[in-house]
Amino acid sequence: MSDHITEIVIFTLLFLLVSGMGFVASRWRAPKDMAHLDEWGLGGRSFGGWITWFLVGGDLYTAYTFVAVPALIFGAGAAGFFAVPYTVIIYPLFFLILIRLWSVSHRHGFVTPADFVRTRFDSPTLALVVAITGIVATMPYIALQLIGIEAVLKTMGVTGDSVLARHLPIIIAFAILAAYTYQSGLRAPALIAFVKDTLIYIVIIVAVIWLPYKLGGWNAIFDAADAKFQASPSPNDGIILNANNQVQYFTLALGSALALFLYPHSITGVLASKNRDVIKRNMSALPAYSLLLGLIALLGYMAIAAGVKPLPGTNPGTVDSNTVVPVLFDQQFPAWFTGVAFAAIGIGALVPAAIMSIAAANLFTRNIYKEYLRKDATHAQEANVAKITSLVVKIGAVACIVFLDPQFSIDLQLIGGVIILQTAPAVVIGLYTRWLHRGALIAGWAAGMGIGFWMLWQIPNAATGRKHFGGSAFPLSEFGFDTTRTIYVGFVAVLVNALVAAIVTLALRAAKTPEGVDGTEPSDYLADEGDPRIERQRTTPVDNVSST
Amino acid sequence: MAEPETPRTDRSPWNWLLVVPIVVPLLTFLYNHDEPRIAGFPLFYWLQFAFILLGVTTTTIVYQMTKRKRSKP
Repeated sequence: MSDHITEIVIFTLLFLLVSGMGFVASRWRAPKDMAHLDEWGLGGRSFGGWITWFLVGGDLYTAYTFVAVPALIFGAGAAGFFAVPYTVIIYPLFFLILIRLWSVSHRHGFVTPADFVRTRFDSPTLALVVAITGIVATMPYIALQLIGIEAVLKTMGVTGDSVLARHLPIIIAFAILAAYTYQSGLRAPALIAFVKDTLIYIVIIVAVIWLPYKLGGWNAIFDAADAKFQASPSPNDGIILNANNQVQYFTLALGSALALFLYPHSITGVLASKNRDVIKRNMSALPAYSLLLGLIALLGYMAIAAGVKPLPGTNPGTVDSNTVVPVLFDQQFPAWFTGVAFAAIGIGALVPAAIMSIAAANLFTRNIYKEYLRKDATHAQEANVAKITSLVVKIGAVACIVFLDPQFSIDLQLIGGVIILQTAPAVVIGLYTRWLHRGALIAGWAAGMGIGFWMLWQIPNAATGRKHFGGSAFPLSEFGFDTTRTIYVGFVAVLVNALVAAIVTLALRAAKTPEGVDGTEPSDYLADEGDPRIERQRTTPVDNVSST
Repeated sequence: MAEPETPRTDRSPWNWLLVVPIVVPLLTFLYNHDEPRIAGFPLFYWLQFAFILLGVTTTTIVYQMTKRKRSKP
């Protein structure tokens, strides 16, 4: 432990600095009345271009991404690089589709995607399905942020052997995080994101200039990786893709982009911006993070070239591949710089964890508490319930890591990506047309969930010897195709979902099942800041949404 | 304050340009090669990095071309 003392000191100092910022954030751009969910849960819907850039960037590119993507590249090579096309295609998609969600939410005061679904399809049940799917998919994602911090702590040697000693630093970190999120809401991660991203950018720019210089140039790095994959017995690794995993590669990129888009935390980040212009401009500027992510991914190859050996895992005989990047920094850089890098990853976990817990809390408050438990809840009560829920969500995430095998959270996150995609027909198609019937959307969701789980259950993981939930690459031969190619599970599941929704829609139409009343009108999807109808609604607080 | 008008549509032919950065990065046959390398980067990597630039360029163009006219300062 003593040889890591400089790293620990710098890590702790930076951590304390951002914690202080988190508490101060409640006074940053403070409103007159914080007791409103718009303020606590969406930062007053007032964020401009820069804040949105840091907030959404800090939100989408999480600490787990920073340790897991290079770990994937380290282990499997090119297949792990899907993160780059994935984060390229997401912005044009946001630009075209999410902008409509922003407008309709701005016009009607929606806080969550489920709020939109409820009004659009006149169906609290469908909204409940969307909300629960969102909460379930988000929980393991928060837990994974803890795994990101843990990888760093483990490398610094501050984790002991007993259950309590191993997790104490994380419990403390999360307790602080929970306290300032409770107090400051979305303003806390928005302010901290500035520090987090500045640190990350500095660390990565230095790393991708210094490490290739030290390791003999990019050519040598790629050749070292190539040599490793040539020597390994696994058929699906290599520095480029092979015939079998190309379909998996692009379906995973597309499916992940759609999923990210639907995750409650990304929608929360987008809804917090103040107008359409801010979002559109950000879609051109956010790809700077994709460049960063691509470079971070390549740290995996640098680790190969540097001969990094990942630290042992929790279970005897396994390795924790998430420690690849922390170990690389520990080996190659002076202690003070490693300390900064580790702090960047640690703080990088706090921003998304805060936003995710806020997003989950918003869903619970708006679509479960207000819908089913207390219909006449005031704005102050809503804000209060959301604050308490955010605490519960974080305790749940810590409990997942402390009491369960971390592998369980990774599995759940894999499942989370597949299930969140099942809300796509209701949310995405719903933004354009109301043709799909509310009952059919529920049926499609159930079908997509069913086939998604079945497929994930079938996938073994040869490396860890597990029979189920071993990955998201599904062999097409299981469907009777004569091929060794694989495809992304979520992609198949959402296609089945949409197909079932379309067929059941026709059936329900034929049976003349009531469709409910659409609470939105076409111009709502184009509304912008300063829309006169919104101003009128805000001054006369008649809640016409919940009275329908 | 003049009431800002909500336009009747957000359709624009320029939006079709955004199909390019959505589709091109998914075409694995374009970039799944090692050679030629640039500055040591295999084609697989440098071309996909170049797609980031493609995404930035197209979204910027579409944003500029579809921007709503502001009548007041």
